[in-house]
Amino acid sequence: MGLESVTLPEAAGLSPSPDPVQIPTMLIDVHAHFLHDRTPRADWRERNASRLRAGGRIGITTHIGSVLGSWGMTSPIYFPSPTDLEYGNDRLLDLQREYPDRIRGYVCVNPNDTGHAVREIERCLGLGMIGIKLAASRRANDPLLDPICVLALLHGVPVLHHIWQHRSREYPGQEASDAAELCELAARHPGVNFLLAHIGGGGDWLHSLHVVRLVPNVYVDLSGSGVDGGMLEACLEAVGVTRLLWGCDLTMDTGLAKLRCLEHLLPPDQLESIKWTNAARIFPSGAFQSSSPPTLPDLC
Amino acid sequence: MLIDTTAFLGPYPWRQVPGTTPEEVLAVMDRVGIREAWVSHLPAIFWRDPGAGNRWLYRVAGEHTRLHPVPAVHSGLPGWRRVLDEAMERGAPAVRCDPTFYGLAPSGEEVRALAAACGETGLPLMLAVRLEDARQRHPNDGAGELPPWAVRQLIRSHPALRLLVTHAGREFIEEVHFGSTPEEAQRIWWDITWVWGPPEDHLQTLLGTVGTERFVFGTGMPLRVPENSVAKLDLLDLTSAQRAAIQGENARQLEARPA
Repeated sequence: MGLESVTLPEAAGLSPSPDPVQIPTMLIDVHAHFLHDRTPRADWRERNASRLRAGGRIGITTHIGSVLGSWGMTSPIYFPSPTDLEYGNDRLLDLQREYPDRIRGYVCVNPNDTGHAVREIERCLGLGMIGIKLAASRRANDPLLDPICVLALLHGVPVLHHIWQHRSREYPGQEASDAAELCELAARHPGVNFLLAHIGGGGDWLHSLHVVRLVPNVYVDLSGSGVDGGMLEACLEAVGVTRLLWGCDLTMDTGLAKLRCLEHLLPPDQLESIKWTNAARIFPSGAFQSSSPPTLPDLC
Repeated sequence: MLIDTTAFLGPYPWRQVPGTTPEEVLAVMDRVGIREAWVSHLPAIFWRDPGAGNRWLYRVAGEHTRLHPVPAVHSGLPGWRRVLDEAMERGAPAVRCDPTFYGLAPSGEEVRALAAACGETGLPLMLAVRLEDARQRHPNDGAGELPPWAVRQLIRSHPALRLLVTHAGREFIEEVHFGSTPEEAQRIWWDITWVWGPPEDHLQTLLGTVGTERFVFGTGMPLRVPENSVAKLDLLDLTSAQRAAIQGENARQLEARPA
């Protein structure tokens, strides 16, 4: 599953940006996605290549990605079939092997088929994936998620859970969860770390921040297309720098923007927590090249 | 030189937004490297009559030369043409109308009358597709988003009308641009606030298909952090000429000129 070669702007006769984009030191994107040949996207290679190219400019050292089955090609995005999950996870494993220094993977599962989910988690974690991705196949507080969390605890990996910030109704095509439902699950599994996905990904993020404030094993993933004024300040106020994780999801420009804003809001050592040391703390030891297991900084 | 065409001043009624005073917006402009901003009065978008907001805006712009007022026109109110006259007298770069917030049909009689008057005076008319992501709007914030068909109808309604449509995404822009004649499309400018960068590369695609000359820099601040629009440019493959066009030269081409 090779990506197209990445052409640098200088090689294409274009002038580099007047301002340096790249931010030095480690930077872990905890919420990335990759596409493959059995999705509806004919441009899947270009999108994957674009993610890596933009990541190079931003300074992303590790993209932790997931593949949601066939992205709707042969089963629904949020209700992926076992066959599609295996194919998508395999393609992500291919990418992880091809780019061992830049790409790591979440194994994506559908909890409705518990037996398959358990087998797929064991298989993919055994092959080097470093987390579990749950999208919107089953409500987060449903008991069907418990066996998955038991495995997360056993293997010492976090669970990234797709969230609709303050889901006030049902949405077609997904059984979305919100922060309150995720926190119910987190309370049942206090030894597992959960990532509340894309706080900027749509919905009432203030509601989510109120909910997660006192739930210590839920981390807020900053990704999403939303770049609302005041959102970063509210995140910091709600959970502090030790429970924030940087990410992009589908829009890397918003990820870079949040990083630049945080540079103005935080001293450098605290910014490092969000950029990578928090992630290095909750993902398995050795998950990231050149990262040593960090200690909890004296913050907040 | 960076010119932000889509900045706001004043508080937002639906949530607390930091940094809404002129001084705070200017400080953020310095932080990001924005030289000038076209500013709208945010609260007035929600008022029955935005006139008081325009007066405040002119006063603020008089005190801060880097801020250029974009007065709001509610063309359902009597005497709205005086707002255009004043905008011309005071050198406003554009006027704005938010028809769905005023309860006006987006391409109805009142808005078409405004469009015609803008065409006759040479004032660009600014229209925002949205202010916030629809998924997060306050339960009582029920004004609809500006539909693309309304923009198509408006640009056809007067041959000299020039539109600046803000906060539009890729699909909206493509629908209007390719749903218009080439001549009509040349009279529409788009700001980059809501257009996605990599890995979807919507902005890069649009610059190639719609044309660099059609895009102006905008941030939507303080509702959105302005770093985002700068980041979009930094992540593009642009020549220095293309970047200069988006950053300010296109806005200079667009801003008000006598008909």
